Amino acid sequence: MSIDWANFTPWASVSGGILLGVAAAFFILVNGRVLGISGILGGLMPPKLGDAGWRMAFLLGMLAAPLVYGLLAPEGFVKAPRIDADFAAIVAAGLLVGLGTRYGSGCTSGHGVCGLSRLSPRSLVATLAFMGAGFAMVFVVRHVL
Amino acid sequence: MHRITEFFVGLLFGLGLLLSGMTDPAKVLGFLDLFGAWDPSLAFVMGGAIAVGFFAFALARKRTTSFLGGAMHLPKSTQIDKRLVLGGLTFGAGWGLAGFCPGPGIVSMASGEVKAAVFVAAMLAGMALYEVADRALHRTAVV
Repeated sequence: MSIDWANFTPWASVSGGILLGVAAAFFILVNGRVLGISGILGGLMPPKLGDAGWRMAFLLGMLAAPLVYGLLAPEGFVKAPRIDADFAAIVAAGLLVGLGTRYGSGCTSGHGVCGLSRLSPRSLVATLAFMGAGFAMVFVVRHVL
Repeated sequence: MHRITEFFVGLLFGLGLLLSGMTDPAKVLGFLDLFGAWDPSLAFVMGGAIAVGFFAFALARKRTTSFLGGAMHLPKSTQIDKRLVLGGLTFGAGWGLAGFCPGPGIVSMASGEVKAAVFVAAMLAGMALYEVADRALHRTAVV
């Protein structure tokens, strides 16, 4: 292992992380909801009367984020995402992420951020499983194949 | 009032993802590449988020209603089973393949990235597939 100092962004990342924590804190305390993206999406399949509004409002807020970020961030700060995977890999990845997060009842936000914040052993196991599989997949793709 | 707060939380969460670097798949894969040139940034994302979330959930546990007077929808399951582990492993494999998890996929789609939109479409298809399979298996089990 070597550290990639050129791409290391501790301040932006910890600040962004604090924002994620504040959002999760706000959601549980003000709205009584756990902030988990895969659960919010999955609850819309199919939408249920009286339960879809909060999910849609949250998702619309997320969709507005790049626009607001572009207005707030200083010139030259906003970078386009670098997506190296080809379309076949993107489709396979999407299917795996969709299936896996619903089968395992959560993703990086629900299990990773909220679950670990709650000190939930269940979420710790889920987080170790998806982090472990993520490390293994990148190892195979970059260093084996 | 509720809808405004929910929209605001979604926006705040999206801004956090953008600032942290989570919406950049190359950065996510740099973090997951333990045996290459490793970028530890995303550990700082988790650290920052949990440092705040820990106190919020400690407070949430003591409350019977939310600040807006609604129910507290805290997870009840504590079961560690095959579903949890297999689901996590499946999700992680997909995460490591493209560098997208659900939230960043949605935000990058809103940034106008075609590949992110394809990812989100495939992810929703995967979720729908789960719902269909789950219902089919459940119905068989009941009958």
